[in-house]
Amino acid sequence: MTDRRLWTEIAAAVVLAALCAWGLPLALQLYALINATIYVSMAVLALSLALVWGFGGILCFGQAAFFGLGGYAYAVAALNFTGTSWAVPVALLVPAALAAILGYLMFFGRISDVYIGVITLTVTLILFNFANSTAGDEWHIGAAPLGGFNGIPSTPPLNMPGDPGTPLAPQQIFVVAVACLALCYVICKLVLHSKFGRVVVAVKENETRAELLGYDARLYKLGIFTLGGAMGGLAGLLFANCVFVSPTMFSLFYSGQIIIWVMVGGLGTLIGPIVGAIVLQILTTWAGTLRDINPSLILGVILMAAVLVIPRGILPTATTALARLRRHGAVR
Amino acid sequence: MDLAFAVFLQVVTGVATLLIISLGLAVIFGMMRVINLAHGEFLMLGAYSAIVSARAGLNIWVAMLIVAPIVVGVIGAVVERLVIRRLYGRMLDTMLATWGLSLALIGAVTMIFGNSVSGFSAPLGSISIGGFRSSSYALFLIGAAVVLLVGTWAVLRLTPAGLIARATMQNPEMAAALGVSPGRVYAITFAAGAALSGLAGALIAPFSGVVPTMGTVYIARAFITVVTGGAAMLAGTLSASALLGSVSTLGTFFTTPVLGEVIMLGIAIVLLRLLPRGITGRFFRRSL
Repeated sequence: MTDRRLWTEIAAAVVLAALCAWGLPLALQLYALINATIYVSMAVLALSLALVWGFGGILCFGQAAFFGLGGYAYAVAALNFTGTSWAVPVALLVPAALAAILGYLMFFGRISDVYIGVITLTVTLILFNFANSTAGDEWHIGAAPLGGFNGIPSTPPLNMPGDPGTPLAPQQIFVVAVACLALCYVICKLVLHSKFGRVVVAVKENETRAELLGYDARLYKLGIFTLGGAMGGLAGLLFANCVFVSPTMFSLFYSGQIIIWVMVGGLGTLIGPIVGAIVLQILTTWAGTLRDINPSLILGVILMAAVLVIPRGILPTATTALARLRRHGAVR
Repeated sequence: MDLAFAVFLQVVTGVATLLIISLGLAVIFGMMRVINLAHGEFLMLGAYSAIVSARAGLNIWVAMLIVAPIVVGVIGAVVERLVIRRLYGRMLDTMLATWGLSLALIGAVTMIFGNSVSGFSAPLGSISIGGFRSSSYALFLIGAAVVLLVGTWAVLRLTPAGLIARATMQNPEMAAALGVSPGRVYAITFAAGAALSGLAGALIAPFSGVVPTMGTVYIARAFITVVTGGAAMLAGTLSASALLGSVSTLGTFFTTPVLGEVIMLGIAIVLLRLLPRGITGRFFRRSL
C-alpha cells in the first residue's frame, strides 16, 4: 500500500469516527447510546482478533480471555486506587502480560495451529471456572471483591483525567469508546504498514520462507499476539464501563462470537470485522426481542451460511463484486 | 481400605465418562481430520432422544442404547450431507460451520423443549463397598466404556469395513482407484461417530441432567482429551482420558470440583507444551 493511500484511509477513519462521536449522542436515546457503546467495545474486540488471526495467522480461540481479564483488571484497579487514571494502563498491561506469557509458551514451544486453538481455549476455560468460583468474602484483591458468579456490579465508570470526583456521563463514555476504536484502527494500520507488520504477514503467508530469510518467526508472532492481547483488554475496559464485569466475559459464547464477527466480516481485513461485529450485535439484540425464535438459532444459521456461501467474508466478497461490476461497465 | 477402593472406583468412573464422551469426537477427528464442534450438541441430542422415547413408554435401556445412537447417527448423516461434505480439507471452515451448527441446535432444542433441566434417575440401584455406597450405574458406565472401546477397535481392526475405512483415511486416491467411494466412507464414518456421541449423551444423561446447553459443558473436555491424545485415536483417547480423568477426579476429591477442573486443564496445557503432538505423538505411535 502506498503512503498516500494509507494516510487517506486513516484520515477517512478519523473523520468518520469524529462524525459518529458527535452525531450519535444527539440522535440516540440514552438506552440506545449505551447499547451503541457496547457495540463499539465489541468492535474493538473484533479488531484485536482481526489483527491476530487475519494478519498474524494465529487462530486464537480465547480472545475472550484478554477481554475478560482487561475488564477485571480495570475494575479491581479502579476500586483500589482513587480515580481510574491508573486503572487504564493496568487494564492494558495485565492482558498483554498474559498474552506475552502464553505466546512465549506456545510459539517458542513450536506448537502448531490446532493446538494453539486448544491451549487458548483451555486458558479461557480456566479463567472462566476460576472467576465463577470466587464467590464469598475471602476472595478479594485489595478493596475489590471478586464476587464469583455475580461479577463486580460496582465497577466504577471512567472519570475525568486527574479529577477522580467527576465520573464520565454515558455520552462521554461513548465518545471515549469511539475514539478508542478509531485509535486502535489507526494503530493496526500503522503497525501493518511498518516493517514489523510486513514481516508478520510474511510469517503468516509462509513461515519457513520468512525464517530462511533470517526473521525469527516466533518473535514476530509473539509481538502481534501481545498487541492483540492489549487491544482485547481495552475492549474489556470499555465493556466494563457500560455494563459491569462478570465471569460471562470469559465464556465460550464470547470467544466463539468474536470468531464469527471476524469470519463473517472478512478475514484479512480490518474494516470487515468491525462492520461484522456491529451488524451482528444489532442482529443479536434484535433477535433477542423475538418471542418465537431463539437468537442462538439465528446466529448459528448465519454462521453456517457464511462459511458455506461467502467463505471469504462480506467485505472481500463485496469488494470483488464491485470491482467486477466496474470492469464490466468499463468494457461496455 | 474401603475409602481407597471407593476413591479408586470414582477415579475409574471419571476416566470412563471422559472416554465415553470423547470417543465420538475421536473417531471423527482421528479418521477424517474434521473437528466437530457440534459434538457437545450430538451428546445433548442423544440425551434428549433417550428421554423423549423413554417418556413415550419405551423401555429405558432400549431408549438409551438403541434409540439414541440411531437418531443421532441419522442426524449426523444429514449434517454430513448438507454441511461437512462441502468443506473437506478445510479444517478451519469445518470448525466454524460445526460451531454454527452447535449454536443452531441449542437454539432449536431450546425452542422445542424449553430451557429447563429434565432428566431421569440412574437405573439400577446402588451397591455398598464397606461403609460407602456407590451407584451400580457407575459400574455399568465403566463396562460400557470398555465395550465401546473394544468394539470400535474390533470394527476398525477386524472387519472388512474397518479395513476399507482405514485405507480410505490413509490414501483416498488409492482407495478410489481400487473401487471404494471415499465420499461414502466419509459419510458412514461421520454418521458412526455421531451415533457414538448420541449413545454417549444417553449414557451420561442420568447423572448430568438434560438441558439444551449441556453440550457446552462437555465439548471443551472432549476436545482437549482428543487433542491431548494425539494422532492415534483409540490409544490416544484412552491414555488422555486415563490421565486427565484421574487428575480431575482426584483434584475434585481433594479440593473443589472447580479446582479439579482447573488442575486438569492446567495439566493438559503443560502436556501439550511438552508433547506438542499429543501423547501418541511420542508414545504408542504405531497403535490405532
